[in-house]
Amino acid sequence: MQFLTDTVVLSRIQFALTAIFHMLWPVLTTGMAIYLVIVEGLWLKTRNPDYYRHARFWSKLYVLNFGIGVASGLPMEFQFGTNWAPFSEAVGDFFGSILGFEGAMAFMLEAGFLGIMLFGWGRVHPAIHYLATIMVAFGANLSTFWILVANSWLQTPSGGEMVNGKFIVSDYFQAISNPFMVKSVSHMFFATLETSLFVIGGISAWYILNNRHQEFFARSLKIVLAAAVAVTPLQIYIGHLSAEQVAHYQPTKLAAMEAKWETSPAGQPADWSLLALPDEAGQKNKWEITIPNGLGYILEFKKNLSEPVRGLKEWAPSDRPRMVGLIYYSFRIMSGIGFFLAGLMLWSLLQWLLGNLSPEKIGQQKWLLRTWIFAAPLGYIAVESGWIVRCVGRQPWAMYGQIRTADAASHIPAGNVLTSLTLFAVVYSILFVSTLYFGSRIIRHGPNLELPVPGLDDQPAMETEPATFIPDQRPAEAQQ
Amino acid sequence: MDALLHFLPQVWFVILALFLFLYVMLDGFDLGVGILSLTSSDEERRSILMTSLGNIWDANETWLVLMGGALFGAFPLAYGTILSALYIPIFMMIFGLIFRAVAFEFREHSNRKFLWNFAFGAGSFIAALGQGFALGSVIEGIAVDQSGHFIGSTWDWLDWRSLLVALTLIQGYVLIGSTYLILKTEGELQKTHFRTAKLAAITTFIGAILITIATPIVYEAARTRLFSPPLVYIFAVIPVLGVLLVGLLLRSLNREEENTPLIWTILIFLLTFIGLGLIVFPYIIPNQITIYQAAASPSALVFMLTFIGVLIPIMLFYNIYNYVVFRGKVVSDAYGE
Repeated sequence: MQFLTDTVVLSRIQFALTAIFHMLWPVLTTGMAIYLVIVEGLWLKTRNPDYYRHARFWSKLYVLNFGIGVASGLPMEFQFGTNWAPFSEAVGDFFGSILGFEGAMAFMLEAGFLGIMLFGWGRVHPAIHYLATIMVAFGANLSTFWILVANSWLQTPSGGEMVNGKFIVSDYFQAISNPFMVKSVSHMFFATLETSLFVIGGISAWYILNNRHQEFFARSLKIVLAAAVAVTPLQIYIGHLSAEQVAHYQPTKLAAMEAKWETSPAGQPADWSLLALPDEAGQKNKWEITIPNGLGYILEFKKNLSEPVRGLKEWAPSDRPRMVGLIYYSFRIMSGIGFFLAGLMLWSLLQWLLGNLSPEKIGQQKWLLRTWIFAAPLGYIAVESGWIVRCVGRQPWAMYGQIRTADAASHIPAGNVLTSLTLFAVVYSILFVSTLYFGSRIIRHGPNLELPVPGLDDQPAMETEPATFIPDQRPAEAQQ
Repeated sequence: MDALLHFLPQVWFVILALFLFLYVMLDGFDLGVGILSLTSSDEERRSILMTSLGNIWDANETWLVLMGGALFGAFPLAYGTILSALYIPIFMMIFGLIFRAVAFEFREHSNRKFLWNFAFGAGSFIAALGQGFALGSVIEGIAVDQSGHFIGSTWDWLDWRSLLVALTLIQGYVLIGSTYLILKTEGELQKTHFRTAKLAAITTFIGAILITIATPIVYEAARTRLFSPPLVYIFAVIPVLGVLLVGLLLRSLNREEENTPLIWTILIFLLTFIGLGLIVFPYIIPNQITIYQAAASPSALVFMLTFIGVLIPIMLFYNIYNYVVFRGKVVSDAYGE
């Protein structure tokens, strides 16, 4: 148990543990905030009280997750100082500024309007309320933006250089728009959206399958499905682009993602490994199932590689990531889930087009609904796996190519870190179990379909001039 | 350029002081009410207490997040050194705030409310204690080497002076929480908090006097700074103003006025902050590291100022709006419906 006395290892475990747990909550709330904007907008547009009740019902789950997200996220910011002081000092100019922006621009916006969104229904005009909901969603997604800017910059440092152990930024906008930024932000944006869509869809499917409020939840399932039609394939495409940029900027990570020990030269095809048992000591895979000539197709959609794909053996063991098997399988789990969810979307879309998702028939689609329930947690697993690939794969660097993780940790007694780590493990496990427990309680309790709708009718109608009659062309379920 | 090198860190020192002040004042409502809830006798009272915070605790806590981020960006050296030196108090605060926050969400849905009541009260208390120890030991100074890195030991932060600061801060939170509840509640509940406010005002005052006396006696550096002009005049004025404000506060409590106790309390906090700021300035780690040594490069400070500085009035605006929307008394849990 040597690692128990190693401050660096313990600090890494602590950061990973808090990040993995923390991720579970905001990943749902950022995406769900957009869904809340959609249903509240539909309510304002159609005046159908069901949409209002959707907004109220899902915001119960929203606030549960939001509160725990806030609580579990606080240590993330402070850990940079407590456990990674040399790192903080070296990168503070940019990295610290960006965390400050997240607080001022994103987090405060979300927190400042959350009260009105949750408790302000009877206190402000519906338009102000809608503005508050939009600000909450905007703030949440702006958070994703800044956090991914900060993380991408650690993956592909740019806009300056290391001078005497401190990263001096000469061009801040170049640092913000670092090579990884655009695709990483997009990948995470769609990841939060996709995860929330399938959580909302899965819960809706559970109600329909249990013959509870079928018409009500057929609505949310269809909103989710309509969004998933665009989101699932786009996410796979952006995922592919992200892998390309990893191949270009972080060849050690790509080699670990593919458990590739030997270099494949340019101009030739190479095999792609589907499953393998990586053996780090022996620098080879103990066994492996490969797809002949597959690598070129996967990276470039053609047989021959136009650039060499370098194997791990090209780097000294101290310069390449460890835990190759973890990175290799995390990558496969993430992409597998991406394809699975896209497949589920296609299957559901087909049933929708066949008319099998109407409120009368949807209850008969038992296997489809069961698959949606099964898919509800998959988004989380994909997100966590993706971050494991991203951050374990960039080791041994805290800042890729610039600062080694081993040099980034604070010089504090290992006992301190072990104590806080143990506390985190216990407390976060309690939070996780409690969220599941109380979340399922909210779900079992169900929506309140008798909830009075705030007085939209007291307000003057949007159009005061007499208008010509226009037949309602909205889909049947949107009409009242 | 030289003027700029001095001016920018000073601007950021003031902004950080503002964030810290807003945090202590606003989350003071939450922490104070949380600590007070430990003495609440029945469930309905606790419900009202927690409901009075439901829409604001999160935004209030965000000022701390903002301060952390701004300190990280503007004074990276101080951020790393202070936080790693105060490992234990910082994590006390963090775990306290975690318990406090989750209590809000879980209590509502739980049948075993006492568990989450305890998490709310004890979490608030532990968070306040951690903050007090941290504040106390930053004022005392932190052992650093020439380049500003922490060289002390894990338990340096614990002594009678930081304990005194921590206990006084807890009293201060109880005071501001009580005056907040005087504003937000009525009837029997309000009466209780006139009493707690009076008690907390007196204990805070005693703590403040002890700290004011102890600081120049124990710390030579503070003594030389305090007793040389022009600061000596300012420091002569602050205690006088402080005594005056405490007197006004006690008078408003005796007259059972509803709004003024909170205002006097906020002014007392503000005065204390100005006093602290003047003692600490131009250091960020007192008597060791100045704000100029710890500051990020000027370009980084300008970069942050353009993005965060302009947002300060906007953040203040919508935070105030939030308080305006939810003005008035809390009568039951149905307050927000």
